[in-house]
Amino acid sequence: MAAGIGLRNTGRFTALMRRNGRAESRGPRERGDGTRSFLITLIAVLFLAAFLSPLLRTATFAIKSTDQISQPGSPVYPADPATLEYQGESLDVFNVPIDGATRQLALLQRGRTESQFVDPANPEAPPITWQGSWRTLEPAWMFAPHWENFAEVWDLIDYPRLLFNTVAIAVIGTIGTILSCTLVAYGFARFRFPGRNLLFTVLIATIFLPTAVTIIPTYTLFVELGWVGTWLPLLVPAFFANAFDVFLMRQYFMTIPTEMDEAAAIDGAGPFRTLVSVLLPQAWPVVVAVAIFHLVYSWNDFFGPLIYLSAQPDLQPLAVGLSRFNGIHYRNPELIQAGTLMTMIIPVVAFLLTSRFFTRGIVITGVEK
Amino acid sequence: MAVLTQPRSRRLARPRGLAWRRALWGYVFISPWIIGFLVFTLGPMIATLGFTFTNINLEQAKPLQFVGLRNYEKLLNDPTAIHSLSVTFRYMLLALPVAVGLPFVVALLLHSRHLRATGAFRVLVFMPYVVPFVAGVLIWQGMLGSEGNGWINNFLQLIGIEHPPDWLESTTWIYPGLVIMGVWGIGAGVIIYLAGLKGIPTELYDAARIDGAGAWASLRNVTIPMMSPVVFYTLVLAVVEVLQYFLVPLVLKNGTGEPGGSTLFYNLYLYKNFFAFQDMSYGATLAWVLFGITLLLTLLLFWGARRWVYYAGEAR
Repeated sequence: MAAGIGLRNTGRFTALMRRNGRAESRGPRERGDGTRSFLITLIAVLFLAAFLSPLLRTATFAIKSTDQISQPGSPVYPADPATLEYQGESLDVFNVPIDGATRQLALLQRGRTESQFVDPANPEAPPITWQGSWRTLEPAWMFAPHWENFAEVWDLIDYPRLLFNTVAIAVIGTIGTILSCTLVAYGFARFRFPGRNLLFTVLIATIFLPTAVTIIPTYTLFVELGWVGTWLPLLVPAFFANAFDVFLMRQYFMTIPTEMDEAAAIDGAGPFRTLVSVLLPQAWPVVVAVAIFHLVYSWNDFFGPLIYLSAQPDLQPLAVGLSRFNGIHYRNPELIQAGTLMTMIIPVVAFLLTSRFFTRGIVITGVEK
Repeated sequence: MAVLTQPRSRRLARPRGLAWRRALWGYVFISPWIIGFLVFTLGPMIATLGFTFTNINLEQAKPLQFVGLRNYEKLLNDPTAIHSLSVTFRYMLLALPVAVGLPFVVALLLHSRHLRATGAFRVLVFMPYVVPFVAGVLIWQGMLGSEGNGWINNFLQLIGIEHPPDWLESTTWIYPGLVIMGVWGIGAGVIIYLAGLKGIPTELYDAARIDGAGAWASLRNVTIPMMSPVVFYTLVLAVVEVLQYFLVPLVLKNGTGEPGGSTLFYNLYLYKNFFAFQDMSYGATLAWVLFGITLLLTLLLFWGARRWVYYAGEAR
């Protein structure tokens, strides 16, 4: 990979990709670095723990029961009130303080001043009598993940359909983006024509343009065309390139030497042929990066599908479906959190598998400007 | 024309024709963007500007009329519009330092030569960036909850703050709450800052050390000046983004502007005028005013940049 990156400042970028890259270390480690290294790493770990703790909360809430969430003082982990099957009855288990120790006992006989308990570890033994009101006791909890929450959400929001819509919109849009951005980036990177620099500046300036200033006529246009309520307003613009991805690809193309283009031209290859058989085979990392960017962008997109598909629940992607689901089932936080996980799992896993391409793309667009 | 062409210039015409043909190919290749730009950007922009001088409406019950500057006059006398603009600016005051500063601090931390397992840290800091934003809002909504299930308030109570704020229901605390929600978006900024930090020549640090600079002095006199272009880029992008901010409150509060109008951001008001009230001309006016403010602030930033942004030659 390192040899094929071909970026303008290859050294800097490969260093970025390398873990703990030696090339960038600033001289030998000094004395006392062990402690300092421990401290810095500790700070980073603490920051990361706080930063990612919402994920842990979501993961645990997604497999809790509604009852547990509404119960103050319930455990952090998913759990159900512990019970004991005793002679055909289901007994609640409580934390009972006896002789200075807390024991988990099943309540057999409720009483205001004294109650009788069965020891779940030894149900055959005679009941234990405890002095005090059972109402003051804390219930005991038993670890119990409610995996069925995911199945419930799966049916409730019609997950397969939403997932299909999300993937279909993302994939078609990605194809359009790659096709159009490759052509446009090739045009800007390899051809001289009057007004090229001005047009490129205009292209970059569109990144800073507030969406609001174009949305009203665009929406009206799509209404007139009868496209509102279909995927077309989301898909068609993708086939007309966008500034961010064109910039990314153009920067990459410009790092590829022109000698091979010229050789191909001498052999009689036209500009299009040169692009397909000379440039693209060397540029696949940037094509992958653009594909991932667009997939994530499309998965994340909320406002577009919201305004164009609000009357067509069957055509909506996950983001809009999840927001609608939240509006209906807000009383069931565990279902909301399960749905949230089901919405984010695919982009997150895709990112973890391809993080190298991703960060490199951001670096090119961010630093090279 | 061919008749008038001199033999000498005909000789020149050949390469010229070839260059012209290359240029034509260039236009052909960029044409998808040109067409898209005209149809989806420039055309709509001009149309939006045109709308601001009319009474155009989705329903159009009254006949279409030219109304001059009446829409702009309405905006200046619209207390809701002024309020929504102040909401956006209030949020901006709080969000900008975090959006620009926090990624910088995190990047410094991740760049430290004392840190172990930097690769894993980088991936994990960036990861929330790919979480779809609706999912992010719902995750943080639970996190910031105040009914015993919000981990932030649980933590604050644990360290002795008995009455932690009701983040999402208070007209004051909603802004810090929204800023906290936005922290998951720092990933891109961190990566860009990291790349900038790697680009600072080692010799500068060596020279600073020889001059007796400690860690703090070399941060102030080497790192920060060398990083100023990247900080500037991040700042401009953050200003443009914050001015358009409204999607999080839209999902969080269903576009109601609750609590007490504190989440009625300018852009939310704009979209409500168009999509809910179907008032195209007024929505368009709000949009052009937003565009004007964005342009003005960006120009101001570029003008101010001369004072503090340091470009170390072409090579950077």
